[in-house]
Amino acid sequence: MPKDSGIGASSKRREDVRFLTGRGRYTADIQLHGQTYAAFARSTYAHARIVSIDTSAAEAMEGVLAVFTGADFAAVGGNPAGWLIQSRNGEAMKEPKRPVLAHGKVRHVGDAYAAVIAETVEIARSAVEALDVVFEELPAIVDMAAAVADSTNRVHDEIADNICYDWGWIEDNRAAVDAAFKSAPHVTSLKLINNRLVPNAMEPRASIGVYDPGTEDYKLYTTSQNPHLTRLLVAAFVMGIPEHKLNVIAPDVGGGFGSKIYHYGEEALVLAASRRIGRPVKWVADRSEAFLTDAHGRDHVTTIELASDKQGNFLALRTETLANVGAYLSNFATVTPTFLHGTLMAGPYKTPLVYVNVKTVFTNTAPVDAYRGAGRPEATYSIERVVDKMCRELGLDPVAVRRQNFIQPDQFPYTTPVALVYDTGNYQATLDKVIDLGDFAGFESRRAKSAKAGKLRGLGLSTWIEACGIAPSALVGALGARVGLYDAATVRVNPTGNISVMVGAHSHGQGHETVFAQIVADKLGIPEANVDIVHGDTSKIPFGMGSYGSRSLAVCGSAMDRALDKVIAKGKKIAAHMLEASEGDIVFEDGKFSVTGTDKAKTFGEIAFSAYVPHNYPLETLEPGLEETAFYDPANFTYPAGAYACEVEVDPDTGRVEIASFTCADDFGNVMNPMIVEGQVHGGVAQGIGQALLEGCTYDDNGQLLSGSYMDYTMPRADDLPMYTVDHSCITPCTHNPLGVKGCGEAGAIGSPPAVVNAVIDALQRGGHTRVTHIDMPLTPSRVWAAINA
Amino acid sequence: MMTKVTLTVNGKSVSRDVEGRTLLSSFLRDGLGMTGTHIGCDTSQCGACVVHVDGLAVKSCSIFAVDVAGAAVKTIEGMANADGSLGVIQQAFQDHHGLQCGFCTPGMVMTTAALLANNPKPTEAEVRHGLEGNICRCTGYHNIVKAVLAASGQDVPAVAAE
Repeated sequence: MPKDSGIGASSKRREDVRFLTGRGRYTADIQLHGQTYAAFARSTYAHARIVSIDTSAAEAMEGVLAVFTGADFAAVGGNPAGWLIQSRNGEAMKEPKRPVLAHGKVRHVGDAYAAVIAETVEIARSAVEALDVVFEELPAIVDMAAAVADSTNRVHDEIADNICYDWGWIEDNRAAVDAAFKSAPHVTSLKLINNRLVPNAMEPRASIGVYDPGTEDYKLYTTSQNPHLTRLLVAAFVMGIPEHKLNVIAPDVGGGFGSKIYHYGEEALVLAASRRIGRPVKWVADRSEAFLTDAHGRDHVTTIELASDKQGNFLALRTETLANVGAYLSNFATVTPTFLHGTLMAGPYKTPLVYVNVKTVFTNTAPVDAYRGAGRPEATYSIERVVDKMCRELGLDPVAVRRQNFIQPDQFPYTTPVALVYDTGNYQATLDKVIDLGDFAGFESRRAKSAKAGKLRGLGLSTWIEACGIAPSALVGALGARVGLYDAATVRVNPTGNISVMVGAHSHGQGHETVFAQIVADKLGIPEANVDIVHGDTSKIPFGMGSYGSRSLAVCGSAMDRALDKVIAKGKKIAAHMLEASEGDIVFEDGKFSVTGTDKAKTFGEIAFSAYVPHNYPLETLEPGLEETAFYDPANFTYPAGAYACEVEVDPDTGRVEIASFTCADDFGNVMNPMIVEGQVHGGVAQGIGQALLEGCTYDDNGQLLSGSYMDYTMPRADDLPMYTVDHSCITPCTHNPLGVKGCGEAGAIGSPPAVVNAVIDALQRGGHTRVTHIDMPLTPSRVWAAINA
Repeated sequence: MMTKVTLTVNGKSVSRDVEGRTLLSSFLRDGLGMTGTHIGCDTSQCGACVVHVDGLAVKSCSIFAVDVAGAAVKTIEGMANADGSLGVIQQAFQDHHGLQCGFCTPGMVMTTAALLANNPKPTEAEVRHGLEGNICRCTGYHNIVKAVLAASGQDVPAVAAE
């Protein structure tokens, strides 16, 4: 029987009520007394020197309060990279600072070089038009291969080859990998592009800066996935504001998908402007600004080679990748193509030898950073595509080949040749499940039916693994991270027994307010309604690293679990005193502290009350109050894995691909709220299908963004997508966190693109188009038609 | 140049001076402080701002406030039952987890209401077609489609096989 509350129940989301009645409070909804408005002047050139900016006409306009240019921020620090990567020759990566406003040069279309603060947004925008700016246009650097080859044209004048770093993983393994390729009976090669995407959270970014001259305190309302990280970056690096004088609030946030992890210059600008004019300063991006300036995702060009024997046993894997980082280093831009990509290149397989080379390249395009999956979709796509190609070349069954190369259930913990230690898994189980749920047995008859209707039907498979909840801090520090990757939670039991939990994770659609409350209620034996989850405000929360990389439950949920353990431990001490028993004889069960083997008991509420009204209380040995905090630093990543199957129908006359069915069998470890987990998979798969069939962020040779609105960038819409079949019944609980959870937020976006592309190639091959072995994403009708008719 | 505009919003008469260029979406959000109507794009593509004008679903970013003078406008703030409980469509969205971040939700609910008023028992394909003007980035639409079918009173598994 499904549970109706607590862990494992599909509790309805409490946050839904405010969202469904128009009472959500997003940053753009906040109106402050005396607020003013910022508008940004953004470059229309991809690459140009700023010769001069004359602000006098703009400043003279009625209602204009201030004008800022890059010169105003020349003295403050830049926005740093969060991770230092070492090149394989031992050199440190190049780290050009990212300024609040461009100074000297603009480096991508949309790069902000000035800002106007005015009484209304209309005046601010009109004043931006009144700025008199002289640019000297420079040749745009757009193509990565050209950027690397031409040392005379530089995105950053001090970086000759436009390369941030040339990374090898693991460099010491390279010779052995190369030797294995030389002697291998078969080598499959594939050059592929992992297409650039725009995350497109539906809420555009927005920020409000508030400076209080009386207390010299700053407050920043902003669309962030991690308010503490933003506070740290703004305070310690970019603005030099004392950290304790800055409160960052991320209220309701309308989706992030990675793009709202990072600190952006607009946040610093509204704070600086508020300080100058002494009034709140508000900025809300329009969708055009979002396309031009939100951190984009993916954008890899990869050559992957797989060495095998003739029976399809993998012997070695080797990749070379150019990864686009755009014009500036966004905060996680350097780790995404390296430690979130190269370390995943073993996949779920026991490939004995793996070597990954990544060159990350500056171009005159918007910065590229982590987008849902972040490196892991790129790894999965490369592996699962080359495995499929190998099966075709050798005439082998893609199901059997995956099965024979899987790490076996009795091999865990398993150390891969790219340095991760998978704690647990059962890849056979999810593969079996997807074969069953996807009715592989009935495929041939469905194919024949499609053929009668003139359509080509194909079946594509992807077996994937990912690493979530990046950790532990000591390891990531050794690899170059400038932050720790723990999280924190405070459980505050109020005198009347209800509970506020302050968590460092941030919910921007994931439903933490519901799921975290389920866990608390389950553990303390109290109703979910008695628990409130507080997040998104640095003045209320102990600390937190926010939500990304499917880390919220595995890391912050574990911190909360430990804090709950401390509450229960203290409760036992109080109960022992009140019940005149020894602490060791107190058991806590179903919301009651009782003396074991007796009917003597105190309810959780009675203990809470006693903690705050300590009339009968062991004050000589125990402090009053019942509030506990825990910081949790995981021992390892978690490793969700699964098997996805996609069936497509291709119209050979038009090249149009229709998803006939999409089936997911995931192992997420223990599941806290099945309804929410399934929703996460649906959304991830939709983004993966979007990447595979529809979405492609495109710049022309001059660095102009061609796909800069919803008229040009193809977002998946309701009639592009099918109903999905989603299963999470294969469970191998994570071995090293107390909840046994693994993370489910990115799986759909990681596992789905290769399943879709494999299905289309399968359809074309079965349809007799045997020359078509690969098509780069997105598989638009024109690309598929061109491949058929080449 | 300001023009006085009088209209009803969720059954209440309101009157404000507006500029000719003020969009209905801005009028609702900034003029009336009703921020349930969201703005997600600049090109009338995303549908987060859908409201009803005299019963028709309209993207409120694509019509001027002066053009709705005398009209009856209904927004997400007017969709709950009289006692404050969730209306049938709202309840179906919660029951079927038809929302995540909540940003597209007001537009989805308003579009759904208009869709079901025109077609009380839509098929899955009709629902998908009807929601084509509303973009959601979180849900993959699966649970939104289920919510709309449920709000129409149909047996969801029978109409939309998973």
